[in-house]
Amino acid sequence: MRVLVAMSGGVDSSTVAGLLAEAGHTVIGVTLQLYDFGAASGRKGACCAGQDIFDARRVADHLGIPHYVIDAEARFRDAVIADFAASYAAGETPVPCVRCNQTVKFHDLATLARDLGCERMATGHYVRRVDTPAGAELHRARDPARDQSWFLFATTPAQLEFSLFPLGDMPDKDAVRREAARLGLPVAAKPDSQDICFVPAGSYAEVVGRLRPDALTPGEIVTEAGEVVGRHDGVARYTVGQARRLGAAARAGGARRVVVGLDAARRRVVVGSPDAGRRVVRLREMNWLAEPRPRRCTAKLRAREAPQAVEVMPTADGAEVRLAAPALAAPGQACVFYDESRVLGGGFILAPW
Amino acid sequence: MIYLDANATEPLRPAAQAAVLAALAGVGNPSSVHAAGRAARRRLEDAREAIATRFGAPPGAVVFTSGGTEADALAVHALGRGRRLIVGATEHDAIRAAAPGAAILRVGRDGVADLGALRDLLEGPPALVCLMAANNETGVLQPVAEAAALCRARGARLHVDAVQAAGRIALDFAGLGADSLALSSHKLGGPAGAGALLLAPAAPDLTPLIAGGGQERGRRGGTPPLPAIAGFAAAAAEAGGADRLAPLRDAIERAAVAAGAVVIGAAAPRLPNTTCLALPGVRAETQVIALDLAGIAVSAGAACSSGKVARSHVLDAMGLGPLAGEAIRVSLPWSATEADVAAFAAAYRQVAERLARVPA
Repeated sequence: MRVLVAMSGGVDSSTVAGLLAEAGHTVIGVTLQLYDFGAASGRKGACCAGQDIFDARRVADHLGIPHYVIDAEARFRDAVIADFAASYAAGETPVPCVRCNQTVKFHDLATLARDLGCERMATGHYVRRVDTPAGAELHRARDPARDQSWFLFATTPAQLEFSLFPLGDMPDKDAVRREAARLGLPVAAKPDSQDICFVPAGSYAEVVGRLRPDALTPGEIVTEAGEVVGRHDGVARYTVGQARRLGAAARAGGARRVVVGLDAARRRVVVGSPDAGRRVVRLREMNWLAEPRPRRCTAKLRAREAPQAVEVMPTADGAEVRLAAPALAAPGQACVFYDESRVLGGGFILAPW
Repeated sequence: MIYLDANATEPLRPAAQAAVLAALAGVGNPSSVHAAGRAARRRLEDAREAIATRFGAPPGAVVFTSGGTEADALAVHALGRGRRLIVGATEHDAIRAAAPGAAILRVGRDGVADLGALRDLLEGPPALVCLMAANNETGVLQPVAEAAALCRARGARLHVDAVQAAGRIALDFAGLGADSLALSSHKLGGPAGAGALLLAPAAPDLTPLIAGGGQERGRRGGTPPLPAIAGFAAAAAEAGGADRLAPLRDAIERAAVAAGAVVIGAAAPRLPNTTCLALPGVRAETQVIALDLAGIAVSAGAACSSGKVARSHVLDAMGLGPLAGEAIRVSLPWSATEADVAAFAAAYRQVAERLARVPA
């Protein structure tokens, strides 16, 4: 069949293109230009494309498949980067990869795939699609260390039906690299990409500050009782549940403290005991990949943590989650529900106030 | 594959290929004193005379360059020194990048430069005006002779980028009255790697961009690429106008319009081989990809080195709004046939039917 492969220039999506082409499918490679690489890297005169687009084209050349570069800069700026900055400015900790999957990849790129007469769109994500008589299900990857199901919770049932994830059954990343090497792909030994693609060298606060200077306005660090225990240089630099950048406030009064809340309106970072936390978490923008009904299941409130037992109740505009043990849930992060390996759905964590 | 992207590069003409091969078989540097050097110099000067004759210039007016971009850059560098720069809004990046900060000469919705605006812009200190003979994306012809007269009357110089016009429409440098004119070999069916800047006799002594060993009378250093230049001259001699392509282009437009397209710049005089077709509501890059997958090579916007389809500053300058991002360029090569037109028409109809949506 005709398949569009979203090629980032990395080893994963390159291997997907190679495997599908080898299996006899008609493969069309597409790489999204999401931002001006030259501008993001701060190097004057640097090409807007960067090494990854070059690598994707070389892989496509090697495989003998057509390859196109799509200009998604404006859409990425509006739907992903602006949302990223606005979320931080509101005292949240956003997940831009989820927004990108929701908009640029599984909406826009999938639309292009349909326009080009493709029957499926394939990506290099580590998740499994399991077909059942009731339709496609989304499952965790076979390799728990690589599983990306948390980042794909917002994939709609229709988008899932249209998608292929050939790497979900790979035992581990080394196996993918071996496949890439076997296929002779020039990226077989390329290092994994790190962190957020549009944030150079991890200085996300700079990106946020450019778009939302208010997010970097200094303010007070206070206890839950309102006692001022320090100063900060912008709520956007803090994440609920973490102690980073608290300085002396992290130990004020002798006890260890972490961020328990971010009050963007009053520019306050609220600190408290790491054992504090909520038993009830409300979610917005729920996406269900199973029938929406009250369920006892497991959930992950962060990308990298073990699932914990929860009860979830659908509400008119989201869901309410009851946790078995209190947790410091960071607003803006995703809460994703699982039944064993299957993703049932998920939503974004709301601030408690 | 049906190749309809001649404005990116023309297929090599047989006469050019023969000339390239003949020159490749020879040895010698035109700067050398021995017999081989003399033979090479003769090849070089024969080519120079052929180019000069073909475009109505004395042989001494021809400075060989690596191509159109270098010819444009050399013109701005040499003729723009100490002058205000005025460039047409739809000029190629070869000019725009060479003249940063230049005043922009606006175009109308038809893509034609506004000569009244030029008259106003020329008030003031002496200027260099850059105006292309024909636009690469729309084929729209600019009133370069009228612009030359205006410039002359105001003490301004005029550089004409004739890269797309040369070989396709009549072009007489002396009659035009411009101070310089840029040509490119591969846009008229020669090999890539050669081009020329024609300089009017009144042009000032030219300070080179690359001085090197003083070749081209000190106007452009570096050993000239004889095979490319020989092919350039042969192609120029053979490229006798593209009038034959006008009916084919018209047939393409009729088929496209029947499928829902809008012809951009249709109200202006245009190159006979070029048409710019907008399909409302459908992104240009989607059209280009869909046609490529159907075996038809066309283009859109300015091809960036990344391969992405960048938004067209040409169509934006024409005030086309969203249509600027929804137009493709079909440019017929000298070798185009009626079968090519039929293949395009069939593929375009299919693509338009599949992609056409109600514009948002």
